[in-house]
Amino acid sequence: MSESGNSISTAYDSKIEGNIIFTQVDAAMNWMRSNSLWPMPMGLACCAIELMASGASRFDISRFGSEVMRFSPRQSDVMIVAGTVTYKMALAVKRIWDQMAEPKWCIAMGACASSGGMYRSYAVLQGIDQLIPVDVYISGCPPRPEALLEGLMRLQRKIGTEHALADQKRELIAELTA
Amino acid sequence: MTAADAANALQAKFASRILKRVNFRGEETLKVDPASLKAVLTHCKIDLGFDYLVDVSSLDHFGDDTAETRFEMVYELYSYTAKVHLRIRSDVPDQTGKVETVVDLWPTANWHEREVYDMMGIDFKDHPDLRRILMWEGYPFFPLRKDFPLGGKETDVPDVAFTGSAPLAGGPFVTVPSNATTLHREPRSRES
Repeated sequence: MSESGNSISTAYDSKIEGNIIFTQVDAAMNWMRSNSLWPMPMGLACCAIELMASGASRFDISRFGSEVMRFSPRQSDVMIVAGTVTYKMALAVKRIWDQMAEPKWCIAMGACASSGGMYRSYAVLQGIDQLIPVDVYISGCPPRPEALLEGLMRLQRKIGTEHALADQKRELIAELTA
Repeated sequence: MTAADAANALQAKFASRILKRVNFRGEETLKVDPASLKAVLTHCKIDLGFDYLVDVSSLDHFGDDTAETRFEMVYELYSYTAKVHLRIRSDVPDQTGKVETVVDLWPTANWHEREVYDMMGIDFKDHPDLRRILMWEGYPFFPLRKDFPLGGKETDVPDVAFTGSAPLAGGPFVTVPSNATTLHREPRSRES
């Protein structure tokens, strides 16, 4: 987060104005979004076990802001597709993705969700990115919980580069600067 | 009762309708004439006490000139009281022939026969709920037939599902059993 304004330091515990931080709205929104990513766990196969392990006490994923695994798409931010996506299940995954509210991101966890994995067959969708836009791919079969947490952190860094307000207010900005 | 006793009893009762009997390391397999398959299985369940149907599966002899018909049914039976296994095989009369269902004998056959129908396309007469179980309703192919490619075929049934064909990148990777080093035994494409 950046500090702007006058030369008087407006640090967090300033004697003049305590507990005030100056920053940009985009940076603040990105900070809030990236540090409270509630996952929608699309745990389909073995990677779901590692996802559960990440959520358990040893590799606590709520340290990174994913406090609860919200199984309702309306209440979650990031869909973690963990496991083999069959064509039959792909339909349901797409429906759940469509029901998630913006802003939403997707993590493809494991080989099967990224590219079909070892299943080059008639029944397996060769990667969930054929249906929905994926932000972070995590390789592994299954990836260790540390790998999933690294992927989550990478997604947090990616969210930090977004222009949240500019995206939302595109028409207003165009109108004002026209 | 041992497996041999059960096979003997069946051969005594059904004589000429048992076409072949094979004993391999204590496992008894009987090949049965298709018209009397249901009668043989009924006798196994009711009179010989084979109360557990372990599995129902099917074979596709596509491309095999020594087979009489294309499809063959295999029933694995087990008796909890006598602790004995038995296997019953039978040809499916022709490619579109129907097989009698054994759901009335063993209710577990409901899903096994649905899987056989889904994967091989063998129809079952009088099955209470014959529909696809692994693929979805409306999928046009039968995937475990020998003329169906491993990578699958493209289909597009809107609103139901869709499939593409998976890139196999050199074909199925198979090992070759031998005593050579692992370098030669490792799974690799055998096309070249």
